[in-house]
Formats: sequence, structure tokens, C-alpha cells
Amino acid sequence: MELPQLEHVRLRRCDSAEQKKLTQTPLLKIWVPWMGCNLNRRRGSSVPQFCNSPTMIVMVGLPARGKTYISKKLTRYLNWIGVPTKMFNVGQYRREAVKIYKNFEFFKPDNEEAMRIRKACAAAALKDVAAYFSKEQGQVAVFDATNTTRERRTVILSYAKERGYKVFFVESICDDPEIIAENIKQVKFGSPDYVDRNVDEAMEDFVQRIDCYRASYMPIDDEKDRKLSYIKIFDVGSRYLVNRVQDHIQSRIVYYLMNIHVTPRSIYLSRHGESELNLSGRIGGDSGLSPRGQKYANALAAFIHGQNIRELKVWTSHMKRTIQTAEALGVQYEQWKALNEIDAGVCEELTYEEIQQNLPQEFALRDQDKYRYRYPKGESYEDLVHRLEPVIMELERQENVLVICHQAVFRCLLAYFLDKPADELPYLRCPLHTVLKLTPIAYGCKVESFFLNIEAVNTHRERPVNVDVNRNPEDALQTVPDHI
Amino acid sequence: MLDNDEFMLETSPRELTQNPLRKIWMPCKNGHIAQRRVCMTNCPTLIVTVGLPARGKTYISKKLTRYLNWIGVPTREFNVGQYRRECLKIYKSFEFFRPDNEEGLKIRRQCALAALNDVRQYLSVEGGQVAVFDATNTTRERRGTIIKFAEQNGFKVFFVESVCEDPDVIAQNIVQVKLDSPDYTHCNTEEVIEDFMKRIKCYESSYQPLDEVLDRDLSYIKIMDVGCRYLVNRVLDHIQSRIVYYLMNIHITPRSIYLCRHGESDLNIKGRIGGDSGLSARGKEFAKSLRKFIQDQNIKDLKVWTSQMKRTIQTAECLGVPYEQWKSLNEIDAGVCEEMMYEEIQEHYPLEFALRDQDKYRYRYPKGESYEDLVQRLEPVIMELERQENILVVCHQAVMRCLLAYFLDKTADELPYLKCPLHTVLKLTPMAYGCKVESVYLGVDSVNTQRDRPENVNVQRTTGDALQTVPAHL
Repeated sequence: MELPQLEHVRLRRCDSAEQKKLTQTPLLKIWVPWMGCNLNRRRGSSVPQFCNSPTMIVMVGLPARGKTYISKKLTRYLNWIGVPTKMFNVGQYRREAVKIYKNFEFFKPDNEEAMRIRKACAAAALKDVAAYFSKEQGQVAVFDATNTTRERRTVILSYAKERGYKVFFVESICDDPEIIAENIKQVKFGSPDYVDRNVDEAMEDFVQRIDCYRASYMPIDDEKDRKLSYIKIFDVGSRYLVNRVQDHIQSRIVYYLMNIHVTPRSIYLSRHGESELNLSGRIGGDSGLSPRGQKYANALAAFIHGQNIRELKVWTSHMKRTIQTAEALGVQYEQWKALNEIDAGVCEELTYEEIQQNLPQEFALRDQDKYRYRYPKGESYEDLVHRLEPVIMELERQENVLVICHQAVFRCLLAYFLDKPADELPYLRCPLHTVLKLTPIAYGCKVESFFLNIEAVNTHRERPVNVDVNRNPEDALQTVPDHI
Repeated sequence: MLDNDEFMLETSPRELTQNPLRKIWMPCKNGHIAQRRVCMTNCPTLIVTVGLPARGKTYISKKLTRYLNWIGVPTREFNVGQYRRECLKIYKSFEFFRPDNEEGLKIRRQCALAALNDVRQYLSVEGGQVAVFDATNTTRERRGTIIKFAEQNGFKVFFVESVCEDPDVIAQNIVQVKLDSPDYTHCNTEEVIEDFMKRIKCYESSYQPLDEVLDRDLSYIKIMDVGCRYLVNRVLDHIQSRIVYYLMNIHITPRSIYLCRHGESDLNIKGRIGGDSGLSARGKEFAKSLRKFIQDQNIKDLKVWTSQMKRTIQTAECLGVPYEQWKSLNEIDAGVCEEMMYEEIQEHYPLEFALRDQDKYRYRYPKGESYEDLVQRLEPVIMELERQENILVVCHQAVMRCLLAYFLDKTADELPYLKCPLHTVLKLTPMAYGCKVESVYLGVDSVNTQRDRPENVNVQRTTGDALQTVPAHL
């Protein structure tokens, strides 16, 4: 049961004379009761708040079972959907404490000195988790370590219980030697632990490292641990056991973990070809491609053909310019309304000059906080992310996909794949007529950029120096790109 | 598959035209809309329930069917017990289900096959996408028959097994749904429970649950102890993933969902749609009445949700409790028609006005939304409503219609015309296989905002015909 937020409970008499007026916050366009200057304790928020108590996600599993892969990916996803999340990798703490890794003997169960260090590292990590929750307003902490003994997990559970944190375990179980060898190759060879070792030495040492844990490994037990909340992932997602999901965020985490896979594939992101409105420097609308935009569509078709991609899926928005672009490919495509460009509300089809002329305050507010700023009767980047979440979920399920979309949408998707924070997201460079090929690799994503050699206007407007609402028009329009 | 044969470099691209009703861009050549190549990669799915009697299989089947249909996936359930009732006419006692009752076994097998035949008809001929095969399916042999059937017809199979040994839960099930079963119309409560328990026993000895090893190549979810625990094996595709997510979010803890619209707004009074106006004087009265109503209901741990529009927030503010604002609960976006009266829409956009009456569910306002879009937008809200317990949702007419259609299993044609008057609270309480609805009018006058489908929906109709059903306003 979630505790009510006590600071918000106010039982007031509700006479019409006393009914509080509502005011709309100028940046987020959220209606809140007028509280004079006390707007920061408002009750509304632009996206529903689902976390009351902080949550610790605790990884469990032998080395090379994908714990860090899952931790990083989950952290990236949660941050993208707006849940402040941070990863705490105990191995990192150990590297800072020990400085030089000699060999697997450090991990031998009878190595008392090492045991002491490792325990201290886990404790230090837990302390940092507490600091993250209490001082940095974190909501989820991912505690990435083997946590293979019941004893260690008990320590974590007590720590969490004392402080009112919820705990959700994620255990990865895999005995397929090929998968484990692949893991070691992908991420261990590049580890700081093996920087001076060749591939065979690293492999041999790591295998013995895994053996050190094996004897004392106590997987989460169906009977003994039936009161705990956890998901057990078997054989890289073939099978899952889910126990006692407590709340919304745990339910979302389970859904996400059940949709991700490790099959190699590439995601191609592109904007529509240059549009008529692009040429005249107008935002939004639903115009068709310009002649150069049409050329790009043809070039894209040739490029895709040249890439020789297995079973490529193609997605577009519901807007004419992305569909026209896809049409040139001559293959099936799926239209997603969720991929439509950000709704600029009253500013639809205006130039930046017109926005400055008619709505100078709005224009300034947008520069002050481009991520959270919502156009009047329109959307914000924050709204866009919320709208795109099912697209991301389906992209995770898919294999080879080409997404033809729009500038703001592209930025949101790119920020997800490249783990860009909210303040960078609205300024990511996504020029027209350029395809990005994203290939998941190790813990991240390889990016290859292909400019298909067809000229186009620049639609990227940088944050100007002066974002004050009283600035003069030149300062406001300082960074507007050229157009007709 | 992108290979040399299929790839065509279009030198002259196909023209795009926007479908006037749905506002979807489609290719057309010489003025003819090209037949969109239907994506046939989604083969139909057969969901097969597994479990002893009184384990919630029919409850899950019906709920899942309702959810899938609401999100736009044509789904139908096939309850083998129904086929048995039609075949047998009169149910005498549990003896029919005894494993040594050869006559009974023959009939039951025939019924299963008849149901499978209807499944084939629905999925292969009638364009259904998901069929839910609701029966005990407790033996490996029976499941083998179904798997073979599915293979022959190109259906994917996904099993949903419900396992429960808690005697309280089972007793509660029997009381909730078996007492009212057609099998037991002439029995009192004790008789029903006694017979049904013996019926369950008939299945127990031959019950072979899905096995982690033997069935490792099957796709399934095992639900244990009413959702405490799940085992999920080999989810194959998007629809199975959605089904698993849904099943993992539903619960059976008793609770009530209160739905109401914002109080009457200033634009309501003027007969204008959309916008973001505040409450009228009567709307504020309603907010106060709502507060009293909610207090009198004495609801445990009530959550309150609103949209991000002024009128719902003003309504909730009066309750004096914390509330959550959801942008997804915002009213349908009427695009260029925002803040217009129906008379003005008829004057400026008579074609649009007629198209809307022709297919109100799929019709999308220019630069706006359709009810179909709304449902998609509201799906995460429904998912979270399933997770929650007692909750009050203060929303808008079109939104409330969509939510109501989900809870009351209304079709897409009925949905846009569901009656959701102002100043009326609907209390929905899940019960047996459905939902009890109590409608409470809080006694504060308001305008009527319900516009029924007029008789004449032809684009050439007269203004009089078009405005025939517009409710009165200032």
C-alpha cells in the first residue's frame, strides 16, 4: 500500500467564494491552484507520478550472465521515461579500492582479505544508494553485483527495510556455454581488469573467476523466498518466473525486461525528405515533399537496397511527408500515429520570426526549458516521450527496422538509444537527408551516420544566448536557420 | 522481405490522397486508391486456457476477450461448457464428469471438436484475429489435439494456465459464478457447492499441468495463486507480449471505479465543443455535491485522477484530496472544430459533419483525433486502472464513453453514443464475469451534451436534417 502524500492533504471548506482560482503555469501549461508565490509545492505534474517509496532493483547471478547489460539498459529506459534512476556497479567500487586486478584468485572464497574488501565495497555502494535517494531525489537505484548468497541479499533487504525502500530482485540464470563465452568476448575483454591481457588469458582467468562463485551460489528459491518480489530470467529470455509484483514501476520493469532481446540487428532512423514547409522555414503542418525531398526518398531507397537488410520492417508516421518518403522504397510500411511530429498547437505552420512577433513570451519560455515547454494547445518534448514509449517497446521487440519520422520525434528516439539526458535531447542534431544506423554493441549502441548527398535546408535552431522574456527580437532570432 | 524481386525503384512515385473520414494518407494511381497491401505476417492466435474447474479460466477468458476487442483486435471466446449445455440440455449431477463415464466423455470430446470447428470458422473465414478456447484442457492428450489443429490451420497457440490450491479462493469462485450457472438453476447453495466440489475431483486425477521440461517448447503463461506468481515461457510475438502484460496487471481484489465528467463548463452552456474553459456556476455546485457524495461513500484509500484541462481539475480541487493529472485523459481533440457549436460546424464544414455521423468511431477531425485514436491513447490509463483499487476518474464525454465501453464491453459502433450526462457519477463494481453499474445523478441541473445520430447522414443533407439532434443551448 502506498502512503498518501501528507503534505498534499488539505481539507478545505468549499464555498464558491473560497474556491481557489486555478492558474496555468506558463511553461508546462499545467493548471494548478493559485498559491501566490508558492507554486513549487503544486499538486499537478505533467506526467503521473507512480513512485512513492524509492525502489532498489537488485541484480542476482553468476558473472557473465548479463547483469550489467540489463542494469544499464533498464537504467537508460527508466531515465528516458522520466523516472530518475541510477546504477551502482559494485565491481566499479572494487576497482577503485583495489586499483590493480591481478587475477581470479582475488575472488577465491577463502581469500579473507579480499572478502573484507568486497564486503566494504558493497557497503559503500549501499551508502551511495541511500544518498542518491535522500539527497538527489532519485527514485530507482539498480544495485548491480552478483549478490549470489542468501546472506548478502539479506543484508540488502534489511538495509532497504530500515529506510523504507522497496526491493525488486532481477536474477539472470543461464547455463548455455556458448552464450556465456559470447558475453565474455563482448564485454569482458574490454574490461579495465583485462587491459594488459590477451584474449585467451582473459578468457581463462574469467572462467576461473566464475567458478569461484559457483560453489556458494544460492539462486532465489521458490519456497524460501516466496515473500520476495522478483523476476527470474532464464536463458536470455526464453522463460521468466515473476513473483509478487508490488506496484506500477515493478510492473513496467517486468514488461520491459520481457520485451528486450539480444539478437543482433540494426535500427535505421531517418527523417522524411525535405518538405515544402521546411523550405519556407515553417514548423509543423502536413505538407508534401519538395523536389529535393523526393530525390532523397529515391536515394534512401537505393541506400536501403544497398544495405541488404534481412526482413526489414518500415515504420512511418501518419503525416504525408514520411509516407511519401516510404512510398519510394516500394515495400510494405506501417503507419504509427504515435510517430507524428510534436504538436506545436497555436504555432503550427508559423515561422520562428512569426512566433517571435506574435508570441514573444512563449518563444522565450521555450528557450528557457525546451524539454518541458508545452506549446499552447500543443505538446512538449516530455509529452512526446510519453507518447513514444509504446514505439520504443515495440522497437525493442523487433529486429531490423527503419523508422521514418520527424525532427523532434527523432531526437526523442535517439536520446533513448544513446542515453542522452532531458536537457540535451531537444538539441540533438538530426539533419534532413541523413540516415542513422544504430547497432547495439556491448553495453551501448554503435552509431553510423550516412548523409545521402542531397541538399536540404537546415532546420536546427540552437539555444540562443539570451533566453530572457524581455529580450529583443534580434537576440531571440539569433540562431534561426536560413530559409526562403 | 527486401530482395531483388520485390524491390522497385519508383521513378514516378504514387500520389497520396487523404481518406476523407479517417484522414489517413494512402497511395492512389489515376485517382483510384490503391488497395493497401494487407500485412499477412500476423497469423491468428489461439489462446487456450488450462486448469481445474473454479480456477478463474472463464473470468480470464471473458476479461481478455473484452480487452483485446477494445484495443481493436477482433477476439471471440469459445466456452466448451456452453457447447456441452446446448448438447445435453439438462445437467443432472457431477456424475457426468466422472472419468469412467464413457458416454459423457464422448459427448465432451464432440463438444470440444465442435468448438474448435467454430474457432476455425472465426479465425480463417470471418477475419477474427484471436480466439480464446475456454475449457479445462487438463490433459496433455487434449492439448496435443488442439496443437495439431492449430498447426494444420496456421494458428499460433498460447496457453494460459491457472493454478490455485487456496480453498478460500476456490470457494469464493464457486459462490460468485457457479451458483448462478445454468447447470444449477434448481439447487440451493449447499447442493451447488457439494456437487461442484465433486465435479472438480473428477478432473483432479487426470490433471497434467503444463510441465517446465516436457512443455518447454510451448508458449504459455502459468498464473499461480491468483496472480501472486507467474511463469512465462516463449512469448513469440507482440500480441502474446501484450496479453502477458495485461494478465499480469489484473487482480480480483474487490473495489469500485467511479467515473464522472467535469462539472458543467462555460463552453458547455454555449453549446461549444472542446476548448479549455472553467466551470459554470452550476458546475461548481456539482463539484461541491461530488465532494459530499464521495465523503458519504466512505471509500477506502480513494485515488483521484483528472485530465490536464481546467474543468476537470477545478472539479477535483473541490474534493480537497490529492489527485493525479493525466494528459491522456484530455478530451478528444476536435482539431479545426475546437470551440465551435454544431451549428457552426455544419455551416463551415458540412462534409466533415456528415462524415462524422456516418462513422463516428473512426471519423478523425481535421488536425484532430478520432474515437479510435482516443482508445489507443487511453490504453495505458486502462492498464493502470486495472492495477488500482478504489478510484475516481474525473474526465470528459468522449473519454468517459471510451472507458465505459471497456468496462461494459460495448462495441465500436455503440461507444460514441453511450450516454454520459453531466453531473452524474457512475459507480462500477466488478462482479462475477462483468461489472455492476450504479448511476447516481447528483441533483444539479446542467445542459444536455448528448447529440444522437441523426437519420440523414448523407453529405448532401439539408442543414435542418444535419442539426436535427443537436441539444439545446444558449
